[in-house]
Amino acid sequence: MSDTRYHPPVRLFWWTTKRSYFLFVMRELSSLFVAWLVLFLILLVRAVSRGEAAYESFWDWADTPWVVAINLLAFAFLVLHTVTWFNLTPQAMDLRLRGRRLPASAIIGAQYGGLLVVSAAIAWLVLR
Amino acid sequence: MADGEVVADHDVLMIGGGLAGLRAAVAIAETSAHLDVAVMSKVYPMRSHSVSAEGGAAGAIADDDDTLDEHAYDTVSGSDWLGDQDAIEAFVAEAPRELLQLEHWGCPWSRQPDGRIAVRAFGGMKKMRTWFAADKTGFHMLHALFQTTLKYREVTRYDEWFVTRLLVDDGRVQGVVAIELMTGRIQAVTAKAVVLATGGCGKVFPFTTNANINTGDGMALALRAGAPLKDMEFVQYHPTGLPFTGILITEAARAEGGWLVNADGYRYLQDYDLGTPSPTPVLRSMELGPRDRLSQAFVHEAEKGRTTASPYGEVVHLDLRHLGEKLIDSKLPFVRELCLKYERIDPVHELIPVRPVIHYMMGGVHTDIDGAAGLDGLYAAGETACVSINGANRLGSNSLPECLVFGARSGRAAAEYAGSAPPTTAAVQAQVDDEVRRLRALLDRPAGDDDGVARIREELQSTMEEAAGIYRTGPSMEKGADAVQALRERADAVGIRDTSRPFNTELVAALELANLVDIGECILLSGLAREESRGAHQRTDFPARDDEHFLAHHLVRRADDGSPRIEQLPVTITRWPPGERVYGR
Amino acid sequence: MTDESDDNITMRVTRYRPDKNDPPVPVDYGVPLRKEWTVLDGLNHIKAEQDESLAFRWSCRMGICGSCGMNVDGEPRLTCATFLSDYAPGPVRVEPLANFPVVKDLVVDINDFMEKLPRVKPWIIRDDDVTEIDGEYLQTPEELDAYKQFSMCINCMLCYAACPVYGLDPDFMGPAAIALAERYDLDSRDHGARERLDVLIEHEGVWGCTFVGECTRVCPKHVDPAGAIQRYKVKAAKESVMAFLLPRAAGR
Repeated sequence: MSDTRYHPPVRLFWWTTKRSYFLFVMRELSSLFVAWLVLFLILLVRAVSRGEAAYESFWDWADTPWVVAINLLAFAFLVLHTVTWFNLTPQAMDLRLRGRRLPASAIIGAQYGGLLVVSAAIAWLVLR
Repeated sequence: MADGEVVADHDVLMIGGGLAGLRAAVAIAETSAHLDVAVMSKVYPMRSHSVSAEGGAAGAIADDDDTLDEHAYDTVSGSDWLGDQDAIEAFVAEAPRELLQLEHWGCPWSRQPDGRIAVRAFGGMKKMRTWFAADKTGFHMLHALFQTTLKYREVTRYDEWFVTRLLVDDGRVQGVVAIELMTGRIQAVTAKAVVLATGGCGKVFPFTTNANINTGDGMALALRAGAPLKDMEFVQYHPTGLPFTGILITEAARAEGGWLVNADGYRYLQDYDLGTPSPTPVLRSMELGPRDRLSQAFVHEAEKGRTTASPYGEVVHLDLRHLGEKLIDSKLPFVRELCLKYERIDPVHELIPVRPVIHYMMGGVHTDIDGAAGLDGLYAAGETACVSINGANRLGSNSLPECLVFGARSGRAAAEYAGSAPPTTAAVQAQVDDEVRRLRALLDRPAGDDDGVARIREELQSTMEEAAGIYRTGPSMEKGADAVQALRERADAVGIRDTSRPFNTELVAALELANLVDIGECILLSGLAREESRGAHQRTDFPARDDEHFLAHHLVRRADDGSPRIEQLPVTITRWPPGERVYGR
Repeated sequence: MTDESDDNITMRVTRYRPDKNDPPVPVDYGVPLRKEWTVLDGLNHIKAEQDESLAFRWSCRMGICGSCGMNVDGEPRLTCATFLSDYAPGPVRVEPLANFPVVKDLVVDINDFMEKLPRVKPWIIRDDDVTEIDGEYLQTPEELDAYKQFSMCINCMLCYAACPVYGLDPDFMGPAAIALAERYDLDSRDHGARERLDVLIEHEGVWGCTFVGECTRVCPKHVDPAGAIQRYKVKAAKESVMAFLLPRAAGR
């Protein structure tokens, strides 16, 4: 017998139909910007290793408006990535303290705490 | 469309995928692995109404202070001595093992701190012997059992197939004709033995805890095939349903200490020979009396004007407030969830409005202790069947183990029969063709504008409520029976608007309506014939129990001309001669 | 028929007739707006009073049988537990669950899930071979609590309707099936975690999930399938690392 069922098509812009889908696709998209920042760091390290002139020209390049724009955008996506992941982690972790499940707020808080500590340590290394 | 094909042949075919049907299937798969087993249901198995059972499952575990005899006596007296005592003895003996089996299959029974299974009190039971999984016992039992059946790949499933007829030839049931809902094809599946496990028929009444699917299909199929139905006049009202929806508030709410109070906040059950109130629950007393007596007490309370009017009828109130949030959340979380959702009240702080609601059919397809239904090759188990362990009134928490015990027994008996039964006869094809013609005629019949399935069903339901409620009289049932006859003519003439075959719910509803009409007729005729009051069958024109004339089952059977005939069958008494039902004293 | 007075609400119901070749179309029906009426009550009113041919599944009407899932205003919901008054003044859109083939009107084909279910082996698997039942397996309330949440799934399919991964890749095992695997893994009576991991470590298993989290959000029984899947990923990752470090110990 022929199939009389209706198979709903997947629409190209399905991810715009719901806020959560949109955020999810943005989070997936953020991986591109993470890759970009990794590349940016590698270029920085390479410039450092090639001496003062290369280092100077790297920063000249980094100061160009389009690189600044990309980095600002990348920073925004990184914040989005961090916040959404931190919010999701309690679901992946079943941490128990004296038989009772640790509340989500504690896990999320700990992550932000960890982020602060690591950031402070790096800031101290860089700025001292 | 290719209708009328015999698509498969099995050794044993279960109709119904709830607790009883699945238990039967596993029993066969485990003990007779060489047999070809199948389960057919009009819904996916996990949608079966077993899923809605809340309170628990009783089984006397003999190594505690309980005994099998005490469970048997509670069940016999609860049944108002209409239960067959050989069946009850078999039931109480096998229930503990069945419940343990479910434990081994993964049912998440609630536990005591030491890891053993917890027990709770239940209505009409003299000992705490009811196992429970919070207040979703049926849900957890059904899902654990269904998931276990998935292990047995050899069990064929026909999900969402609606059976319209039993094939009977040579005095033997040899299979079914069914509509495969997904495609709408009308097909036959033959089998050497058929086990009916289609659940109850609460939808014959307007106000019921039962699900939409509980339309008495198995009972009607058996009746039309020539098998008798037993004790159909005994319909259980549960004392605590939510008004409007009829959603069940489990007896476990009272077992955990809930009180039933009238408009004055008074625990009125003390006025109805059910004991004296005490702050903590007392077994076989007050709120832990049997369901028939509690529902009857409500009617008297309403007559005295001591109930509360609500938009959906008179109500009394169930008070759980003194139990506290912690106990309610651990033992009765579903009660709280249902109240919050459907009544917008929180039982931790507020009273729950409740009124009696149709809950369970004690009667059903007449079977012996092994589920055999009086036609070769036909078996029945669960609410569809009447063995009878429930007699005139079922005790809460006996029905879930009944599904397991008699599901397994009927599965094993059907397997044994199928092992030696002759092959299907050629004549069944003619019956299949007949049935295809009947269903096609129904599909082709144009629908009139002035009548429809929903309207007839509603009228049938209100007729039944008026004629055969908690209290009945001869004239009320006679009037009802006449009305049902008129409704039958209208149901026979009803047409179908939906002309497409796949998932034709209108066609299914019309066929279910025909089943409901048959069941309604049986309830009224059996009730008219029983000129006494016993258990859930209370006649104001015959208010006393009459053991001399009616310590007997009623069998309804179709004569050759289609008219129903009633006969009596003696009750089996083994060790407990008829006595007075004593609660609370 | 679509009178939108105070006492009425318009239900915009998607109809699909399999005997016609047309795609689904929304049809408006006016139904009384009563505070205790659910979306399901509205559909039943339409079926009884306006069009008996309207097809939808329902049964228990108390949120436990899992039959009546539909998309209500774009959100997967149990229609028996969703009140019309929450959508006043309307219209309220009622559509079949997303991501499934539509059989008729609001009825979808969930056989794909029914075929996936046995693959995660959702039953107790024991190392010992118990033939005689001699008392219960002990399980403390804490041990029960460890898996209880994951045993609450009613197979209503709302999580599959909410999951974009399932919509894009129907081979994905999906939230409810994986949550059920986790339910048995966490059961102290079970020894089958290894067997289930073998199934779920495959591509269509847990790694298909990109942690959208919608499954958990729409779950009417608070099962948290997203959590179950992420925990499975941790298990699967550990297993892969172990297999790399101790190749001979793997597959035991």
